[in-house]
Amino acid sequence: MSVTVTPVSNSARRLSARDLALAAVFAGVTAALGFIPPIYLPFSPVPVTAQTLGVMLAGAVLGAKLGFVSQLLFQTLVIIGLPLLSGGRGGLAVLSGATVGFFVAFSLSALLIGWVTTHLNNTYQWWKGVIIHLVFGLLFVDVLGVAGMMLIAKLTLGKAIIAGVLPYLIGDVLKAVIAALIAHGVHRAYPGLLK
Amino acid sequence: MVVLAVVAIIAQRWIPTALAMLAVVVLAYFLAGIRAKTLWLQLRPMLLMSTFIAVLHALSSNWRLAVVVPATILTLVLLAALVTLTTRTTDLVDVIVRLTKPLKRFGVEPERVGLTLLLGIRCVPLLSGIAGQVREAQLARCGIFDVRAFAVPLIVAAIREADAIGEALVARGFDD
Amino acid sequence: MTHLPTTTPDATAQPSAIPIIIDHVGHIFDVGTPRAHQVLTDITLKLDERRVGIIGHNGSGKSTLIRMLDGLIQPTSGHISVAGHDTVRDAKIVRRHTGFIFTEPDHQIIMPTVREDVAFSLRRSGLDKATIATKVDAMLVRFGLTDSAEKPAHLLSGGQKQLLALAAVLINAPTLLLADEPTTLLDIRNAQMFSDLICELPQTIIMSTHQLALLRDFERVVVFHCGQVVADGSPAEAKAHYLHLMETTSE
Repeated sequence: MSVTVTPVSNSARRLSARDLALAAVFAGVTAALGFIPPIYLPFSPVPVTAQTLGVMLAGAVLGAKLGFVSQLLFQTLVIIGLPLLSGGRGGLAVLSGATVGFFVAFSLSALLIGWVTTHLNNTYQWWKGVIIHLVFGLLFVDVLGVAGMMLIAKLTLGKAIIAGVLPYLIGDVLKAVIAALIAHGVHRAYPGLLK
Repeated sequence: MVVLAVVAIIAQRWIPTALAMLAVVVLAYFLAGIRAKTLWLQLRPMLLMSTFIAVLHALSSNWRLAVVVPATILTLVLLAALVTLTTRTTDLVDVIVRLTKPLKRFGVEPERVGLTLLLGIRCVPLLSGIAGQVREAQLARCGIFDVRAFAVPLIVAAIREADAIGEALVARGFDD
Repeated sequence: MTHLPTTTPDATAQPSAIPIIIDHVGHIFDVGTPRAHQVLTDITLKLDERRVGIIGHNGSGKSTLIRMLDGLIQPTSGHISVAGHDTVRDAKIVRRHTGFIFTEPDHQIIMPTVREDVAFSLRRSGLDKATIATKVDAMLVRFGLTDSAEKPAHLLSGGQKQLLALAAVLINAPTLLLADEPTTLLDIRNAQMFSDLICELPQTIIMSTHQLALLRDFERVVVFHCGQVVADGSPAEAKAHYLHLMETTSE
């Protein structure tokens, strides 16, 4: 049954109990998606994981504030040692690895996707969602990810793109589309989430 | 820990010192009484990326970077993982709560931060369970795994779950 | 402002019932939207018994009413008072003296481990850590959860989870216990055990259920149908009416 306990208000500084529950549950969603066994696509040497789908969905479904808080919560849980990143990674170690940029991007990406979705795609149209996800769920994340690889793995721009972007590209584009279709379905089933 | 990390970053200028640092950290694992299998579990996810980085540097025949960069990354990752392996999660939650104390003036309530973290930990098995159920139901209906048919009910169930948890939080005096 | 009387665990005399007044209460879900629908229509009840059961089909409005008694849902018309406190205006006071058991214990178990979850209830009690630990331990012993104290809550069985939910609620010594189908997800044996357990408590109990047998010893049972009270009386009378209702509405 659906129960309205406290209305979601964006003006209030303090998050309501329901807001916190939504953030915690969506951190759990990103974790649960990381547990799905990776899928191998043709033409690509690396497996595609469903985890970043959770990041895009957090923004596209919850909006900027809660999307950001939920993924920040996910990141914090990973940093304090829960093995929630796909492949079972977790702990402070993710901050010193070459892929730190991609990891840092989780909450920022959800924030940007959420903000743009709320302001430009309030009556959720899936093709707009795809564009938003490509820009802020893919391009933006890859910029941070590549910067991290250049810094930590001492790779040149070209090589960082070869190592960190190209192998995942097909899978990421697919995820951007799928996330938009899912968000479209969710907003129809549950109107009024984006305020 | 921090000292070792700084030493590791300085050590990455020469091949022998970088490898020596990696050896020191591996030694620290055994001194901390951590089994080889656990060490391997920490290393495994890093291997593909490290090899890839080594190959890319080797291709431009920069042999020093091909050895030193993966060795340093592995050193730092293992070092960080050692902290996580030797500290309890609840203690780390306390550390986060303490770290957020200076943010009080911006309206951040450290106690709520801690509770939210614990609620997040609680939600991981909860959502994994729901994901498993949705997946089973979907396989039973369609026979194949379709990401969209899996994720829409998962997210809708997650929102319902959040409604119920939010209500229970109020009933248990969370907002007082 | 008067406060609700508090029960003491060693009270031998049965404490008196918490009086509840439901005055012309109605509720419309999603009011003001195209999805609006009436779930409760003009309910007036004066409850003054220690054991009150609520029965009715799914969607009859019984869950909504029981949530209103804790101020979790606000009436769209009418007023409810619990021990003289308005459930909207004084929701926090009412909740401080009320325990709520939900159908799905997973929703109300908030903390990762059993001990942490019971201790969570006392975080605003102002007690020091040692006292809280002692009280939590005593509660875990009482419900046979001592061996599971450090276990993650998701590893408990369904029956144990509902016991944990009850332990976490009772540690605050509420005077009123609201339970919304607390045994629906339990097997028959656990359901009987759980309801026996709560029936022995000194608290005033309002419980909704589909398992009519559990209400055998209740003083009063109210039957809801389509958002209205259609019968109100002894368990036997209510049961007869409910079974009749099932026959007449099954076509």
